[in-house]
Amino acid sequence: MANQYETVFIMTPVLSEEQMKETVQKFEKILTDQGAEIVHQENWGLRKLEYPIQKKSSGFYHLFEFKADGNVVAELELQFRRDERIMRFLTVTMDKYAIAYAEKRRNNRKAKAAQEEQPVAEEVVNEEPKTEVEA
Amino acid sequence: MAQQNDIKYIAPVAVDIKKKKYCRFKKSGIKYIDYKDAEFLKKFVNEQGKILPRRLTGTSLKYQKKVAQAVKRARHLALLPFVTDNLKSN
Repeated sequence: MANQYETVFIMTPVLSEEQMKETVQKFEKILTDQGAEIVHQENWGLRKLEYPIQKKSSGFYHLFEFKADGNVVAELELQFRRDERIMRFLTVTMDKYAIAYAEKRRNNRKAKAAQEEQPVAEEVVNEEPKTEVEA
Repeated sequence: MAQQNDIKYIAPVAVDIKKKKYCRFKKSGIKYIDYKDAEFLKKFVNEQGKILPRRLTGTSLKYQKKVAQAVKRARHLALLPFVTDNLKSN
């Protein structure tokens, strides 16, 4: 009986973008190697922390949503503790309301991303006539 | 004119009428409180970052527990501060 879990973790800001992706891949592999099914993942990028952790005031946030057995979580958290690139992590078991909420949130984010793309396209269209006038 | 003013004194109105508090989660049917949404959780903490009591927000016991849990999770992930001044103005 596999539960659904949600993990958010914070990586140190000293990492470069590539190193950060590498770290994420490492933990993704740890999960998939143990037979966990990753439902969703999100990268929040570099974010300011509300209070300093390990004397750093920002960090890379990443979110995993996965279906797995409890012992997988234990292993994942052990690996988090051993990895010095990870500053903070939190794993939460999702109940049915959480799963419903996560789905809704995903769709909202998708819609938002699509909306943000459209105005950009419009702006480009608006700029074109201007340049023509100037020329 | 004078009469109208007198009536005001005789019948003090609108001072003691309290707006009935309600649980916003029950009313709007929110079942899950997200610890990742720091902006939303800021409605339930004061400027110092302390969790507001139920008697002020009107939240029902069931959801107050969930709010508290979510705020604490958000604090762990540095999405909300443990202690601060002027949380709202920042």
